[in-house]
Amino acid sequence: MNEFWVILTGALVGITCGLTGVFLILRKTAMIADAISHTVLFGIVMAFMITQSLNGFWMLIGAAAAGILTAYLVQVLQTGGLQEDAAIGVVFTSLFALGVLFITLFAGNVHLDVEHVLMGEIAFVPWDTWIILGVEMPKAVWMLLIVLSLNLLFLFFFYKEIKLSTFDPVFALSIGLPIVAMHYSFMTLVSLTTVATFDSVGAVLVVAMLVGPSATAYLMSKSVSGMIVWSMTFGVTASVTGYYLAKFWNTSISGMMAALVGVLFMLVFLLKPHDGLLWKTVKRVRLNNTKSVV
Amino acid sequence: MLTGNLLWVLVGTILLGVAAGLNGTFSFLQKQSLVGDAAAHAALPGIALAYLVFETKELPILMIGAAITSGLSVYMIQWIVNQSKLKADAAIALVLSVSFGIGIVLISIVNQSTAGNQSGLNDFIFGKAATMAKSDLIWLSGSALLIILMCLLFFKEWKLMIFDPVFAKGIGLPVERLRTLLTALTVLTIVTGIQAVGVILMAAMLIIPAAAARYWSSHLGIILVTSAFFGALSGAFGTMVSSLRIGLSTGPIIVLVAATLFLLSFFFAPTRGLLSKLRKKKEFKQRRVAQEAMSHE
Repeated sequence: MNEFWVILTGALVGITCGLTGVFLILRKTAMIADAISHTVLFGIVMAFMITQSLNGFWMLIGAAAAGILTAYLVQVLQTGGLQEDAAIGVVFTSLFALGVLFITLFAGNVHLDVEHVLMGEIAFVPWDTWIILGVEMPKAVWMLLIVLSLNLLFLFFFYKEIKLSTFDPVFALSIGLPIVAMHYSFMTLVSLTTVATFDSVGAVLVVAMLVGPSATAYLMSKSVSGMIVWSMTFGVTASVTGYYLAKFWNTSISGMMAALVGVLFMLVFLLKPHDGLLWKTVKRVRLNNTKSVV
Repeated sequence: MLTGNLLWVLVGTILLGVAAGLNGTFSFLQKQSLVGDAAAHAALPGIALAYLVFETKELPILMIGAAITSGLSVYMIQWIVNQSKLKADAAIALVLSVSFGIGIVLISIVNQSTAGNQSGLNDFIFGKAATMAKSDLIWLSGSALLIILMCLLFFKEWKLMIFDPVFAKGIGLPVERLRTLLTALTVLTIVTGIQAVGVILMAAMLIIPAAAARYWSSHLGIILVTSAFFGALSGAFGTMVSSLRIGLSTGPIIVLVAATLFLLSFFFAPTRGLLSKLRKKKEFKQRRVAQEAMSHE
């Protein structure tokens, strides 16, 4: 039964991150997601310091606030004349350092230790349960389900709008879409996704789940809906295979999942029919041969 | 308070700050700051791998392992961007997170093979400058000095390569080789700093002083000196503060000192700072109003 919950959590992580990640790749904001995944730590520590509890709800609020703060600060520095990569680098390293410092100073003896935050521990998921509406399920599963449904609701209502503001922001603005509000609400979703996947895979490896499957899907499909399906498939495959391999070699589950994400990407990058690197090389060699025959 | 070892630590972190400040400025101007972040994360699997293969904690061997994987990660990013339709940000994020994941897998294997948590590899994640051994600090200082020397030696060539690559090629400079050398030096800087600052925050040492220095001048020479000064200051301050209490990692504090310097520069730097920009805007407005009033008389 415990194994079932762990695998379910992994699969839900794959699905939720896969869904959000698609728009991260398309909007070219993968590195802002990396920044948010680091600063979420700061948000969680602040939430802990204010409420003095590790309540999941306050953690979600703190994380969302930290995510918006990150996106906002990057924007402020950019309009202040700093180039984008440096703005992201300055913001997330500073907030992350602040988060780590606060943990060591004020929260040293609670469950909130830095290593747990960075790497997560999906194997412990089944023991921490919540009872909502009379159903008892692990906390991580509940949080993932809540965030996944938020993501789905957002996409259900604004699918057309977010697609337009992603591919043609100027046109979207000219027909009156609030693209700034879209940007910030999307960034909020990214931070919520990050904090929900946090218990299971940890803050740094969330980036692998957010960016990896969707980057692989970007190579596979030319339509947004196709990308979403591929991305979820890759996410689930990586987390489930990662779990079994980690169990087999008795090593870190979250690390193995991230490694599997990399393996899937390399497979598609090298072997995909027609556009894969190997395929292209073979075609080039063949062309050269026919030329020399002529 | 300034006992023998702390003095060495101080010298080490100051030299590291200068080296990262100089090198970071060049990669900042090339808009490659986040590649440094990926390279720093990618040092982790190299350290673990070197430890697994050679079963030693000798710093030079771990540093070579780290240099190989973090150099490889920079190469991978370029390769993915060149060979597929993925953009640079996606490639950086992908390489960064996957190599960090592999690093964690390897470290957990190391932690199982050596009884308990004896390897001390976890210290590489956040850095432990205050408790570094003297021999390690000599390595750190030596390689920081080498980086500083190289930055001074290639100052003119890199300046030209960054601001006018076409002209640089025209007068016969080996631009590609110079660029590779700069990348190699960035990797060396990262590898030098990881034991003191940790893999996650090493990128900050490269990015923040350079970004802060940019507010003070538009001359490369002055930016470099300012950035080196900021780096040294954060290194020195961070080490002093983190030595005050046991259990305080050095990395986060160095980064926070650097961030404070950045904030000061962002607001108060002359001409490019936010306050002076606002003041100029206001003065301009007042002059306009005065002129309008004059022309209506």
